[in-house]
Amino acid sequence: MATFKDFRNNVKPNWCPGCGDFSVQAAIQRAAANAGVVPEELAVVSGIGCSGRISGYINSYGLHGIHGRALPIAQGVKMANRELTVIASGGDGDGFAIGMGHTVHAIRRNIDVTYIVMDNQIYGLTKGQTSPRSEMGFKTKSTPAGSIESSLNVMEMALTAGASFVAQSFSSDLKELTSLIEKGIEHKGFSLINVFSPCVTFNKVNTYDWFKENLTSLSTIEDYNPSSRMQAMNTLMEHDGLVTGLIYQDKDKPSYEALVNGFKEEALATQDINLEKEQFDKLTAEFM
Amino acid sequence: MIKQLSWKVGGQQGEGIESTGEIFSMALNRQGYYLYGYRHFSSRIKGGHTNNKIRVSTFQTNSISDDLDILVAFDQETIDVNHHELSAGGVVIGDSKFGPKLPEGSQAKLFSVPFTEIATELGTSLMKNMVAVGASASLLGLQSDIFKSVVEQIFSKKGEAVVLKNMDAIEAGRKYFEKESAGSVGDFQLEKADGNHRLFMIGNDAIALGALAGGARFMPAYPITPASEIMEYLIKKLPEYGGTVIQTEDEIAACTMAIGANYAGVRSLTASAGPGLSLMMEAIGLSGITETPLVIVDTQRGGPSTGLPTKQEQSDIFAMIYGTHGEIPKVVMAPSSVEEAFYDAVEAFNIAEEYQVPVILITDLALSLGKQTVDPLDFNRVKIRRGKLDINEELPELDKGTYFKRYEVTEDGVSKRVIPGMKHGLHHVTGVEHNEQGKPSESPENRKAQMDKRMKKLESLVDRFPEPVLKNEQHEEADMLIIGVNSTKGTIEEVLPRLEEDGVKVNHGHIRLLHPFPAEELQSMINKAKKVVVVENNATGQIAQLLKMNTNVEKVESILKYDGNPFLPSEIHHECKELFAYGNL
Repeated sequence: MATFKDFRNNVKPNWCPGCGDFSVQAAIQRAAANAGVVPEELAVVSGIGCSGRISGYINSYGLHGIHGRALPIAQGVKMANRELTVIASGGDGDGFAIGMGHTVHAIRRNIDVTYIVMDNQIYGLTKGQTSPRSEMGFKTKSTPAGSIESSLNVMEMALTAGASFVAQSFSSDLKELTSLIEKGIEHKGFSLINVFSPCVTFNKVNTYDWFKENLTSLSTIEDYNPSSRMQAMNTLMEHDGLVTGLIYQDKDKPSYEALVNGFKEEALATQDINLEKEQFDKLTAEFM
Repeated sequence: MIKQLSWKVGGQQGEGIESTGEIFSMALNRQGYYLYGYRHFSSRIKGGHTNNKIRVSTFQTNSISDDLDILVAFDQETIDVNHHELSAGGVVIGDSKFGPKLPEGSQAKLFSVPFTEIATELGTSLMKNMVAVGASASLLGLQSDIFKSVVEQIFSKKGEAVVLKNMDAIEAGRKYFEKESAGSVGDFQLEKADGNHRLFMIGNDAIALGALAGGARFMPAYPITPASEIMEYLIKKLPEYGGTVIQTEDEIAACTMAIGANYAGVRSLTASAGPGLSLMMEAIGLSGITETPLVIVDTQRGGPSTGLPTKQEQSDIFAMIYGTHGEIPKVVMAPSSVEEAFYDAVEAFNIAEEYQVPVILITDLALSLGKQTVDPLDFNRVKIRRGKLDINEELPELDKGTYFKRYEVTEDGVSKRVIPGMKHGLHHVTGVEHNEQGKPSESPENRKAQMDKRMKKLESLVDRFPEPVLKNEQHEEADMLIIGVNSTKGTIEEVLPRLEEDGVKVNHGHIRLLHPFPAEELQSMINKAKKVVVVENNATGQIAQLLKMNTNVEKVESILKYDGNPFLPSEIHHECKELFAYGNL
């Protein structure tokens, strides 16, 4: 059994002091250990941006790819080796702007990947531009007069896209976040976990205090039932998406891998790839 | 008796033109004839003129023919559009239903055969294609029974009665034509073929089969003409071998998913055409800097943008060699026949893993979609080589706080590869410049060391590559060296004896490795020729420019065609003759 310490690699993150991403890193390390994963069987695939650096800060296999493409890379890794735990992660720009097409399709495809978005409603690494998660009127370097595009409600969108696991958390709540990531890892299918992870340098509106004031924990809602898609949708609409906890989980929806014709439980990567002469002859005979 | 002829069937798209050609040619292939087909089609499903031109011969040919002997027409447009190709004494067989007429001045002979009427009488007008096949068979002196096995293969699922009816339709067409044409047509009777069993496939089939035999088990892809057949074949076959195809949301996903799977140890490919390749460029750079093997097929079609999506062109060459920002080692292979497409597909995966680089296998529409007879493929030539990767290796324990040196600087630039899941193999992979352990590093010394390491990898490739240039050097001192790439090989080969007959001493070099460029091989060929002529299907002479950049050639003559159609042998012949005459003035 590995402990969370086994997932530490002593690389010093280049995040600003106070950045919410530190807690996400810690939560992933704890959740992986809690879920019984060992470092060599974990692959963390990340996108580009401040948060995208996270794959380099966890002692596991890690791939830091290109902007917006963490999800297709992660899905490729999982298809190649079902025995791995695959975590994809990145920021809100990575997943909901440039990579939005992949996010929607990863959700509906339902390959067993846990996707953790570090959502700070701003572009940090490029030093402060608007994001699809920025509120209307939000002033940034690219929207000096305030954003005139509406913010995307990603949790509602995920439900609409057919998600089998949707959760949201706040980086200050390490305990809840760890538990949700652990559940996501254990979920057989695609899990989306959006984490409010404040940018202390460029976002002076959506601060730690702002989230503390505005977030509602689902645990405070009486009889909240995460297996009800309708309740999930209603609750999100009532709270303008600002809830934390397990919003929705469909434990019965089969993962993509489970539905692929002929797909074995054993990792594709370790199967013999040589054809037998008889197999080849049979294949060529079909062209005669 | 004749040794070869050219047959074309045409009509409105969606009318079964393709299946008519398919049945006709499959049956002849099974008799041991060599076939070479080229489909003219449009980017739409129903309507619009389409035709399938098929060359039948008792010897191997890899080119469409200049002229046409038999034209089977399901509408007047087919005659109007194609009659100029007909040779003197050529035959048009048209469906009486539309009242076929020959344009004024045509020297062809027209037969009006009630395809639709005969078919309707036998049960359904759908079988008009079969009647046409029967009429063609009569002209070629073939019996109906040679079509039996093909008809059974296609219709047996629908029951014996349907098979018999279709056979009846063929026989009825044959008989009708035999009676109508008695003694009034020239000799179209084919010499008997050798009866040998050969494959009949398109280039895309060969690539898909090569990928499967070469160990590819995963293909994420996005549909596009003329590449889709590759994913369609593999989705049928891969499940038997544990793998699968995913139809992705776009080509960026296809390419990056393939990178993910290759990184995790599964040989993966994607295939597309120019527009898709344009979208993949950033990801190809990722494959390059992270040294993750990757195989991409680019089936070239008319560009740019949507361009001529169903037409022949060879205009992606520069984009494939120079695309992606920054500098990476990359391999661009260009098979020139269906056989080569098969072996090259296998080899592409070996090169990708041995050198840990992206490999682009470039074809053109005529090669990807042209259906032709292929001599049996040699399974013994299929060898899987994974380079410095052994997934069963037990790795030594790592020092605390360090990663596996995935990017260790080595003599040949290739480092040992491990895959996720392997114990003591932990390392980081990033598109950011990195050190030997994969950790980001901006140090100038490290940058230079890693850049040099990556670029060094391909130094030995040209020498190791099996035949980077196909050389046909009949002359130590040639008047002319013709150079081409991809599907023009067969066409150029057809032109060579014609030029020799004209008194032109001609050598032929066909480039099979576009990058790294086989400069030395080509230079030695250039040294033996007075004139260098490059034949290519693009407007700017991309191969000609590559020659100028990479060799000491003084002057390159270009024969270019970019109207969407493949070269006819006569076109190349004519232009070469002119260039020869001009040079001798």
